[in-house]
Amino acid sequence: MAVTTFDPIVSRRLRIPNSHTLEVYLANGGYVGLRKALSMNPEDVAAEVMTASLLGRGGAGFPAGRKWAMLKNDLVKYLVINGDESEPATFKDHELVEKDPHQIIEGTIIAAYALGVTQAFIFCRGEFALGFERLQSALNEAYEYGALGRDIFGSGFSLDMVIHPGAGAYICGEETALLESLEGKRGYPRIKPPFFPAVIGLYGKPTVVNNMETVSNLPWIVLNGGAAFAALGEGSSAGTRLFALSGHVNRPGWYEIEMAKTTFKDLIEHPELGGGIRKGRSLKAFIPGGVSAPWFGPNEMDMPLSQDAVAQAGSMLGSGSVVVMDETTCPVRAAWRITKFFSRESCGQCTPCREGSGWIERTMRRIEFGAGRMEDIDLVLDACDNISPGLSWPPKQTTICVLGPSIPSSVNSAITMFRDDFISHIKDGKCNYA
Amino acid sequence: MAHLSKELYEKCKSVVALYPEARSALIPLCHMAQGQDGWLTSEAMEDIAELTGVTPAEVRGTASFYDMLHLEPVGKHVVALCTNIACMLNGSMELLEHAEEKLGISAGGTTSDGEFTLEESECLAGCDKSPCVQVNHRFFGPLDDKGFDQLLDDLKAGKLRDDVPSHGVLSRVDRKFPLALSPSEIAAERVEMETAKSQRDEKRKISEGAN
Amino acid sequence: MPEAADKISVTVDGKEVKADPGELIIEVAERAGAFVPRFCYHPRMKPVGMCRMCLVEVSSPRGPSLQPACFVSVADGMEISTESESVQKAQSGVLEYLLLNHPLDCPVCDKGGECPLQDQTLAYGPGESRQVEEKRHFAKPIPISTLVELDRERCIQCARCTRFANEIAGEALIDFFGRGEDTEVAIFPGKPFDSYFAGNTVQICPVGALTATPYRFKARPWDLEQVESTCTLCSVGCRVAVQSSANEVVRHLGIDIDSVNHSWLCDKGRFGYLAMRSETRLLEPSLRESGELVEVSWSDALEKAAALISEAKLAHGPQAIGFLGGARLTNESAYAWAKVAKAVVATDNTDAQLGDGIPAELVLSLPRATIGDACRAKKVIVIGEDLKEIAPVLFLRLRPLIAEGKIDLVEFSTHETSLSNLAKASIPLVPGELGTRVRALIDSIKGTKDAGEGIGIDIQEIKNATQTLGSLENNPDLVVIYSNSSAIENTEDLKAGILALEESFKNAKFMPVLKRSNIFGALDMGLSPNLLPGRVTFGAAKEYYKKQWGSVPEKSGMGTLEMLHAAAESKIKVLVLLGCDPIADFPDAKLAKEALSKVDSVIFVDSLANTSLDYADIVLAASMDSEREGSFTNLEGRISRISKKVSASGSSWPDWAIAIELADALGDDLGFGSLDDIAKEIARLAPAYQGLRSTLSLNSEVDEGILLPVKATKVELKRKQGDPMVHLGLISVEHQGAPLKSGASNEPGVYSDEKQQQDIGSTISLISKSDIKSDTTSKPETAASGAKSLRLVVTRKLFDRGTHVDSSLFFRDLVPEQEVRIHPETASSLGISSGEKVSISGETCKVSGQVILDNRVDQSGVVLIWNVSEEDVRSLVSNSEKSAHWVEVES
Ligand SMILES: Cc1cc2nc3c(=O)[nH]c(=O)nc-3n(C[C@H](O)[C@H](O)[C@H](O)COP(=O)(O)O)c2cc1C
Ligand code: SF4
Ligand code: FES
Repeated sequence: MAVTTFDPIVSRRLRIPNSHTLEVYLANGGYVGLRKALSMNPEDVAAEVMTASLLGRGGAGFPAGRKWAMLKNDLVKYLVINGDESEPATFKDHELVEKDPHQIIEGTIIAAYALGVTQAFIFCRGEFALGFERLQSALNEAYEYGALGRDIFGSGFSLDMVIHPGAGAYICGEETALLESLEGKRGYPRIKPPFFPAVIGLYGKPTVVNNMETVSNLPWIVLNGGAAFAALGEGSSAGTRLFALSGHVNRPGWYEIEMAKTTFKDLIEHPELGGGIRKGRSLKAFIPGGVSAPWFGPNEMDMPLSQDAVAQAGSMLGSGSVVVMDETTCPVRAAWRITKFFSRESCGQCTPCREGSGWIERTMRRIEFGAGRMEDIDLVLDACDNISPGLSWPPKQTTICVLGPSIPSSVNSAITMFRDDFISHIKDGKCNYA
Repeated sequence: MAHLSKELYEKCKSVVALYPEARSALIPLCHMAQGQDGWLTSEAMEDIAELTGVTPAEVRGTASFYDMLHLEPVGKHVVALCTNIACMLNGSMELLEHAEEKLGISAGGTTSDGEFTLEESECLAGCDKSPCVQVNHRFFGPLDDKGFDQLLDDLKAGKLRDDVPSHGVLSRVDRKFPLALSPSEIAAERVEMETAKSQRDEKRKISEGAN
Repeated sequence: MPEAADKISVTVDGKEVKADPGELIIEVAERAGAFVPRFCYHPRMKPVGMCRMCLVEVSSPRGPSLQPACFVSVADGMEISTESESVQKAQSGVLEYLLLNHPLDCPVCDKGGECPLQDQTLAYGPGESRQVEEKRHFAKPIPISTLVELDRERCIQCARCTRFANEIAGEALIDFFGRGEDTEVAIFPGKPFDSYFAGNTVQICPVGALTATPYRFKARPWDLEQVESTCTLCSVGCRVAVQSSANEVVRHLGIDIDSVNHSWLCDKGRFGYLAMRSETRLLEPSLRESGELVEVSWSDALEKAAALISEAKLAHGPQAIGFLGGARLTNESAYAWAKVAKAVVATDNTDAQLGDGIPAELVLSLPRATIGDACRAKKVIVIGEDLKEIAPVLFLRLRPLIAEGKIDLVEFSTHETSLSNLAKASIPLVPGELGTRVRALIDSIKGTKDAGEGIGIDIQEIKNATQTLGSLENNPDLVVIYSNSSAIENTEDLKAGILALEESFKNAKFMPVLKRSNIFGALDMGLSPNLLPGRVTFGAAKEYYKKQWGSVPEKSGMGTLEMLHAAAESKIKVLVLLGCDPIADFPDAKLAKEALSKVDSVIFVDSLANTSLDYADIVLAASMDSEREGSFTNLEGRISRISKKVSASGSSWPDWAIAIELADALGDDLGFGSLDDIAKEIARLAPAYQGLRSTLSLNSEVDEGILLPVKATKVELKRKQGDPMVHLGLISVEHQGAPLKSGASNEPGVYSDEKQQQDIGSTISLISKSDIKSDTTSKPETAASGAKSLRLVVTRKLFDRGTHVDSSLFFRDLVPEQEVRIHPETASSLGISSGEKVSISGETCKVSGQVILDNRVDQSGVVLIWNVSEEDVRSLVSNSEKSAHWVEVES
């Protein structure tokens, strides 16, 4: 396998100066896709997206076309764009919102047109304050330009759009928690059934929730056709995708890569991509798709960045973020820090998630800082099992949302892959990596 | 000042008008109130309750769910250091220790001059620039100890005023346009779209039948 | 009810059960005899699936999986296991998690011994915790209201309390605060959980996080004894479990009755028992001797009372004796006293209402709606007072349904009520104008006139109401709930409005709301002029009762207003006060005082001292609730049982016994000697009650009470399994002294069959619409007289300075300050502003209060509250016959 070359799709303007302005956007093919979409029938736009086999980029990887087809017909429907990006080590939406907000807006208008929606919301993570400002400016520009509001480009289609700020809660990335938050409430994920957004969503109305990157692909897909998109990548992993690479690599950053055609090894080591592990060290482990995903080791380096292949190997491509840990990494510390994240971010509804995350975090901390007991290893695993029975992959869900069952991933990976490290922490009463 | 200023109150009303239900504006309004005072005062929460048709307890309960909304006063600069996995791998925990020492406070605290509040934060989505730091939610990084000290100095010296507004200001850009469509127009629009679609479906069926 | 054909079939632990599609697994499992442990689920609230205690294993095409039973519905063929290995592991896991941060202070926790967390840990939990770290700590209990304390360490974040406050009561004064492990329940600083319904959160809290201040450390659950009874603090008649320890009532809990209170109570009902221990309790009979009340023996007191009555009767005829009050009595006591008055003394001067009610003929003759009817109705019209203030649990039943859009509400009220902002239309009401406004609405519905034409009110509201109500033709889905809009107005206008509705809306049902206790029972028992027991008029039943009782009054008698006038003019010589306080309850306090001071003697039959006690010559000490038994008739006309739990305080007697003994002292025999005898006589004689076999010893299969008239009723639903989560004892409340049984039919579902009716039935027809007299001469006053230019409207609050509230220290704190509600424009023309302290002057007196701007108030009026301060609005009422009072407001 190799790193393929292709014309970038979502990232094509990201390196152009002032790409966030309407002027630069228009000079680089902006709003052409929308004009074309408006000349088509809405259902034909949706058909192109179906053909493109565009997978959702928010983490669950559900095909956008199929999600749209599930939207219940109702006179009032909503479209909500998920830009809450908070999965640790994921930073591609951040890049898109700061550098190419018009592309998100254009994609959203296209989706709204295809879905027959007249009001759309873009939920933008609050901590992206600069991105939020740029999105808001872009929105003003789009209204001024006639791409939003009444009778868009004289097509007869009208759409209002609201940019809505988040306020700092990872769980609001979960789509039903996001809707609650958008309704002005605590970000509690909703129980499913009955609250599948496509049937009962925002204000109880059918709602499509799509990720920012997902809709950023739409102008290109409309312009070039779904088939052209599907021709990139392989099988169900169609098109290209932004991967966020971080950790112990020489060139951390985002890279648009043709899906399934490139391996993790390529991503991490190719000189134009990750550029290899820092200081020539060797790889200990990597996380293939955000901290909710189980870890991989050197053996999985040759696996392609394909949704199905990663799933088959017992993890997930998730939010498209790859974290590289070299040989100097303490796996106990890494897993503890990830658990701490979940414990801070659990919404607190489900007992296992609320209480379990805290307890596991405290126990892991004890082990890392030298106060662990041998039985703590099994204790932690059993506590994990009580959140996600069987510790299987994909996890068995006994909580309202999948945040809970995500907690065990890293703990279980760390213990399974590096049990000796746990034992030596306990025996030596300290962390030997520090 | 504690209650929302008259001007801000009016601006809040225009934000409420953007949503099908008033309560949706609760969080945007909290940000706006925080932009005024740097944190959420009780009086502001009461105003927000009035504007969004909920009880003050609900405003407070909702706000307390979110990390960015502060129910206690904070420093002029809220310095948030990410220590999540990617930043941790690149030494952010050590940087945090350094910051604590430098500022003489532990994470969560505010310096006695009210200049800085230090926060240990979760991933800020700036992992390619780790260790990643935000001041009043504007990004800096990667930062080492020296870079961090420099940042503090620059902030104190007011050199970063253009990039870093005072704490709580989420957006220096306001929405310029009210909704273009009223709810009744939206309803009419929807009916029109539906009829157009069913006519197309009808036609398609006929032409398919002809084939 | 879906037919059996619609049923689906599932198996629970191998046992097949039928279920309705959409039923929750937890309910179906329970029916199949498998208790699924749970914390957050409450059968009367929407499921949230938060605690994860209720996981069960459910079959699916992709193999078995753990599912929360509290919100997943059954599907045909579903196989459910409530005790498989994985279920047990999940249950024990959740419990271990819950206990991580839960303090083990059970020995000093009110909940210890009846705690679902304790019980379920025993049954499903791990033996020990594997946690070595410290538990989370919070400051121990903090008061969140006058009556409720919160211990955050014990909270298990089930959201029952916050959901109740928000979804049911509609007062989100408590909410979750923080996130994740740090989640706690909290109020807004400085804004306590001052809800009339706060006590319910204590009842539904599955741990000891919320406790009731009056109950804290009062008893251990295993020492408690309990009976099922009825709350008599308003006319809703909620079912309560009365619990006692060491012969003292220590707690009331709401019982889950499908037809009435769904397990909820208002705080007045929940904590009303505190008055039993008030220092104002009257414990012994006494006589006034040289100005002082002196304790005497029962026989002395009764002899003296009988002598006074006999002398007056001999000298001035039976009309010189009057009986006021009776709403505090049980049905049996009311009957006994009605018999004393009408058969023994032979006077028809009896009135249980104190000039502030609704004409008895109107109450009794219109087709009556049940609470269930109102809750199932698609449209409800509420007229008059704020339901939350006068019938709190009725409000609580209706509010969520209105909020969810299941009921469309049209309201007529003089000010903003607790339901105004949920109403589809809220038509402003000026006393005296109801008839006109109702007719304007009907004209608008008929299309004969434009909305609001010629009546000068907000046309939009009439339009909205027109749209909401739709048509006049057939309205089986319409329920009209009504009360008098101003406590000081006569009821001619109300009558006109209600009758107009009754004529126009075919098949609509009506629910009169009277605030006071067992007022409906008292009216049914004939404690009203022109009525005889069993909802019959004097005219229709005079001969019948003469035959049965041996004697009835020669002519019909006076109501309260006339009696007080007559007393003031010395035409009435003896007044018997049956648990009433005319000075505080009658609108014209001056007249009441004058009447009481003019009469020769006042016989005061009551359990608590009140403002009229000063005028009493003889005090006959009566027992209170939980010391007495009998039956109660609520505003639906539903009879339920009042039970005795503790022995009577001091030498107090139940009212019926006092009546029997007084009759005896008067040389007469009422023909019964026990409560049981009275109940049997009522069931034998009183037409609307005929067929009600009320043998106290019988066990009933009817928990829901019996609807009147008995012959017409069918058994309503059996009691739904309540919330077994809280106070596990509640499901097995002892039916002591209780239940009622009617008829003798063996057929389940029907109270009495035809034959039975013939055996017992009298042929007297019940009171009907044709008995309603309309006083066409009294025209509503509409113009202001002289300088006083604002029309005085008086409304009620749940906690006022009524006897019961005044007798409890906890309640006294809940009585609000006087509010002065005026229209913002009126206020600005008077130069006064919101929150300002103003004074209101009538012809002679002044009252002060705080201004509330309310644009629902008519610009020509001012709305004050009844009986909340020393210098009360009653002093502004100069002449109770007038339908309008005019006042002035100044800063
Ligand atoms: C705990 C949790 C966090 C999530 N965070 C995000 C997020 O930050 N951004 C996002 O787009 N989707 C996130 N998701 C996925 C969303 O629920 C949802 O699937 C997605 O927004 C749908 O968009 P897509 O189909 O375009 O991917 C999260 C899901 C979970 C369970
Ligand atoms: S699993 Fe955790 S985050 Fe998800 S709903 Fe439950 S408590 Fe909230
Ligand atoms: S989750 Fe079902 S009872 Fe709590």
